Amino acid sequence: MAEKTVLEAIKDGLAEELDRDDSVVIMGEDVGNMGGAFRATEGFLARYGERQVIDTPLAETSIVGIAIGMAVNGMRPIAEIQFADFMFPAYDQIVNEAAKFRYRSNGEFTVPMVMRTPYGAGIHGGLYHSQSIEVQLAHIPGLKVVAPSTPYDAKGLLKSSIRDPDPVMFLEHKRTYRLIKGEVPDEDYTLPIGLADVKREGSDITVLTYGLMVHFSLEAAEELAKEGVSVEVIDLRSLLPLDKETILESVKKTSKALIVYEDNLTLGYGAELSAILASEAFEYLDGPVMRVASPDIPSMPFHPAMEFDALPNPARIADALRRLAAY
Amino acid sequence: MARVTADVRGSPADLGLSPADLIAIYRDMFTARAVSERLWLLGRQGKVYFLVSCEGHEAAQVGSVYGMRPGADIFIPYYRDLAVALALGSQPIDMVLHALGKSADPYSGGRQLPGHYSSRERNIVSGSSCVATQILHGVGTAFASKRRGENVASITYFGDGATSKGDFHEAMNFAAIHKLPVVFFCENNGWAISVPQDKQMVVQDISKKAEGYGMPGVTVDGMNVLDVVRATREARDRALSGEGPTLIEAKVHRFSSHSSNDDHRRYRSPEELAAERESDPVARYKSLLIDISVFDEARAAEIEKEVMNALDDAVDAAEASPDPTPDSAYTHVYSTEEV
Repeated sequence: MAEKTVLEAIKDGLAEELDRDDSVVIMGEDVGNMGGAFRATEGFLARYGERQVIDTPLAETSIVGIAIGMAVNGMRPIAEIQFADFMFPAYDQIVNEAAKFRYRSNGEFTVPMVMRTPYGAGIHGGLYHSQSIEVQLAHIPGLKVVAPSTPYDAKGLLKSSIRDPDPVMFLEHKRTYRLIKGEVPDEDYTLPIGLADVKREGSDITVLTYGLMVHFSLEAAEELAKEGVSVEVIDLRSLLPLDKETILESVKKTSKALIVYEDNLTLGYGAELSAILASEAFEYLDGPVMRVASPDIPSMPFHPAMEFDALPNPARIADALRRLAAY
Repeated sequence: MARVTADVRGSPADLGLSPADLIAIYRDMFTARAVSERLWLLGRQGKVYFLVSCEGHEAAQVGSVYGMRPGADIFIPYYRDLAVALALGSQPIDMVLHALGKSADPYSGGRQLPGHYSSRERNIVSGSSCVATQILHGVGTAFASKRRGENVASITYFGDGATSKGDFHEAMNFAAIHKLPVVFFCENNGWAISVPQDKQMVVQDISKKAEGYGMPGVTVDGMNVLDVVRATREARDRALSGEGPTLIEAKVHRFSSHSSNDDHRRYRSPEELAAERESDPVARYKSLLIDISVFDEARAAEIEKEVMNALDDAVDAAEASPDPTPDSAYTHVYSTEEV
């Protein structure tokens, strides 16, 4: 075991898969010469050559569309979208092509590819380097959507995603890249896609969250513990498929649920979670299902004064937990 | 081979096509026309909800297949490419099962609208109804073939309308950069549904767009099947010799409306439609084969009768074939294999 950042764990996971399987390639803007905007592929071009590391034109539609063709023809491409905000030109390829190949060909053609992209706010990235785009993807059957929050989860889930027979959107919260450290095994391991993880056990309130907000929620839970409230924090890790079993088991135990996500509130991922709890845990609830999310503004503004007001934070999560605890 | 008409460059023998090949080409073209017409009729009878006809495009589509190497090469068609699928070995019954959305529809199990051909066995890559998206897939399949050192080319098909989309540009650009073994095959019928070419672009020859990507662009008479065979073969040879992609523009006429939900008489004159029919690629090729004594009228009539009889049987068998079960809507969303 060694302590790694999220970024280091992802880098290790990518390298191990490139070593393991020659059909795995990384393609995207600046993944070669530059080593990626966040240096996730630093040194890869020298080590693996253009056979496995492909600098592409600045054109997201082609990065995804060509990767689809490669995957259809026996390769395992990892297409990198430099920032999630720039995914939208490729959205047609993701939604109408990658997600539908298996279904429309009656199972004959499959698209085993990964689309990696950094998402989320907290690094002063402004409107176009900060967005959360998970609901636009988790709404699409045929895709898998993974959003890890720790180095251990990131590496294990990344390796599973690369080996998965279906297209996987691998969402990396860019604020966690260097902020979050943790123990990562030295040996090869994978984690199954579709399982949530209880990051902190508790008995009074369940927090359902993912990405950077896992860490903010853990901070808030620590605060509440001092006040005698026991908070369970569940890291969803996979948004599609969703681990309903773990969620419902926890909420049936605590009878209260707070959903925390940094995307803007309306029709965010919390809307679906709320609906699931309302219909499948109704008889167990002792309080309203509550949400903490960003306000409904078009994106994250650049200046930290605005950004850090819009982004949910541990204090705001703690406040919501206190209100919920009072029921 | 006897004499060759003036409108064919070189002779069929130059193309390495035997009389049997030349007749097979005719059979495919005639079958495509017959299937298109029959499906249209089934549509009129209310049995088929939606259709895209290949009428007018038969020479371009069949010729392109004979210029490639079926069985090895990878074909990425678009929704008008009925004759491509037929020339690759799809049978008329497959077309009818598909049009009726039957459970045994070999392309999608009744999921897709008619016109969406797909077969792993025949290297026909499944497509969507989106325009131009598949051009990028052909670049990706070519990349994979080249990387494995295979002697395999990809050919990706699209209409003139698709060349307005960014996917076309991005695909051409990437393929040229990496000198990929891919043939871009544009069936230019001059209409993006109801929008004429002069409202789609300024250039008259779509092949000119190739120059901006540093690849050759070739305009070919898409109503002349042997010209198309030649152009496609040259592009394939070029692709596999490591020289990279070629854009082929096959100029064709769309004899039918865009789809069964369109009536092109609303935006095209009767004179124009009648004039285009004069250049019928199926009739033209048949005259050529008679002129150069590959077959005579009687042999041609026999072939046509065989095709029509087989088509009658195909329609009967397909109509009697079971519909998909409702629960088949829920399969093939994800793999069921353990990872």
